[in-house]
Amino acid sequence: MVHAHGVRKHFGKLEVLKGIDLTVERGQVCCLLGPSGSGKSTFLRCINHLEKIDGGTLAVEGELVGYRRRGARLHELREKEIAAHRRDIGMVFQRFNLFPHLTAEQNVMEAPVRVSGTSTVEARAEARQLLEKVGLADRAGHYPAQLSGGQQQRVAIARALAMKPKLMLFDEPTSALDPELVGDVLDVMRQLAADGMTMVVVTHEIGFAREVGDTAVFMDDGVVVEAGDPRHVLVDPEQERTRAFLSKVL
Amino acid sequence: MTTTLDLRTAPAEQDLTVVPVRHYGRWVAALAAVLALAGLVGSLATNANLRWDIIGDYLFADLIFDGLATTLWLTVAAMALGLTLGTVIAVMRLSSNPVLYGLSSLFVWAFRGTPLLVQIIFWGYAGALYKNVLIGIPFTDITFFQADTNSLLTPAVAALLALGLNEAAYASEIVRAGIQSVDSGQAEAAHSLGMRPALTMRRIVLPQAMRVIIPPMGNETINMLKMTALVSVIAAHDLMSNIQEVYAQNYQVIPMLVVASLWYLALVSLLSFPQAWLERRYGRGTAHGGHTSPLRRMFTGFTRASAPKTGKEEGR
Repeated sequence: MVHAHGVRKHFGKLEVLKGIDLTVERGQVCCLLGPSGSGKSTFLRCINHLEKIDGGTLAVEGELVGYRRRGARLHELREKEIAAHRRDIGMVFQRFNLFPHLTAEQNVMEAPVRVSGTSTVEARAEARQLLEKVGLADRAGHYPAQLSGGQQQRVAIARALAMKPKLMLFDEPTSALDPELVGDVLDVMRQLAADGMTMVVVTHEIGFAREVGDTAVFMDDGVVVEAGDPRHVLVDPEQERTRAFLSKVL
Repeated sequence: MTTTLDLRTAPAEQDLTVVPVRHYGRWVAALAAVLALAGLVGSLATNANLRWDIIGDYLFADLIFDGLATTLWLTVAAMALGLTLGTVIAVMRLSSNPVLYGLSSLFVWAFRGTPLLVQIIFWGYAGALYKNVLIGIPFTDITFFQADTNSLLTPAVAALLALGLNEAAYASEIVRAGIQSVDSGQAEAAHSLGMRPALTMRRIVLPQAMRVIIPPMGNETINMLKMTALVSVIAAHDLMSNIQEVYAQNYQVIPMLVVASLWYLALVSLLSFPQAWLERRYGRGTAHGGHTSPLRRMFTGFTRASAPKTGKEEGR
């Protein structure tokens, strides 16, 4: 589903990704872990082209992200084509980024109606179903400011699911939440994984990664330090750097 | 030292009466201010030089209504031109295209950097600069349109162009500030759902920017209504032009200015209603929408400070 080879990215002179190799198979849950500044969020944002990569190749379902290859040349895609690619990739942000001027239900309906051209009636019915799935059927008419952080994040997950994506990206989905609200969001993500969704999750929740993840990838300073079975990487890691990180987090 | 109340021995069953602090100073200040106002109003009402009879004669005269109509359409048209052009210029200024950015900055620099009065007179006398207006392809003989400048640039059109273009420069800065006030995460979220930049701007960014744009644009509209008085210098037959015409003949300057002031005041008062409505509409989803009207706020201040209500608790 996701194939990355030697992905490089720099902001000015600062090199944040120094050649990332990573493969995520269909139906797998891949957890990216590492200290802040290690480049894990940047890499996640590259997958749906919110950041442009400066080197290497990155492909989702066999299609290059943001480029089209013709012979030896890479042609940048137009906005329209990039937007079309992004429809198949859902993203959940650390700061939720719900649209504050729309109700929970309208947040979920917006993209199906405006982008896919679904009828309002159909989109509303689907939005109700999705909100019920994340346990917020009774909050459909609430504005984001009237919801708690955990509720907002679950609406954000429903909003991403409304486009029926093949891949879901989670960028530290529980980092901005009160500890007692984290559980509800992780439950929804657990359910998604059980339904067979392909997921790439940047997280600090070691427990979640061990339990739900099919692969765990430990990144530091723009490189992949260690990758593999989470019950191995996150329990008895081979690299000293991984061990040092885990001892601080646990 | 304050006396301490021993909670163990204090009577528990008996409710204690709270005695509020008496603000005697407030009552004295309020009384003095009201007396001063009464004195001023009284002296004006009894001043024979004010000529209430003339004010009465002209307040609803046809000439005044003609001027009012011009003032009103000029305000509406200039604001429409200013807001439309201003939004385009704001988007140009935020564009990554250096030529568009440069041109829009130049426009704002020129129209904000010269006095409005100068711009009005300039447009009024533009015929002295170009005898004819000609639209075609430069450096060829192809022309689509040609006309005499003075027949095209009537005082009303000159006034509209001067006010509208000047307003566009200010409006563009207000709209730009509004767009920039919206968190970049909003556009990212919209893009990640497959929304294209134009759709994102229209559906997600601009509606949120409106909350920041409306209060200063309300100010601009009120300013515009009053600034139309400046176009009397090119005789555009607005309210002020007509008032000046009258007092040039009957020499009743003060009564005529009172007539003008009453009408400007009335129109400005009417304008605050649509502003409050728009603010409520675009304030949806925010905890502090500013939902109380100014009048109600003034009177609640006399009774009791009402606790601010937020929607936060409801969802928990």
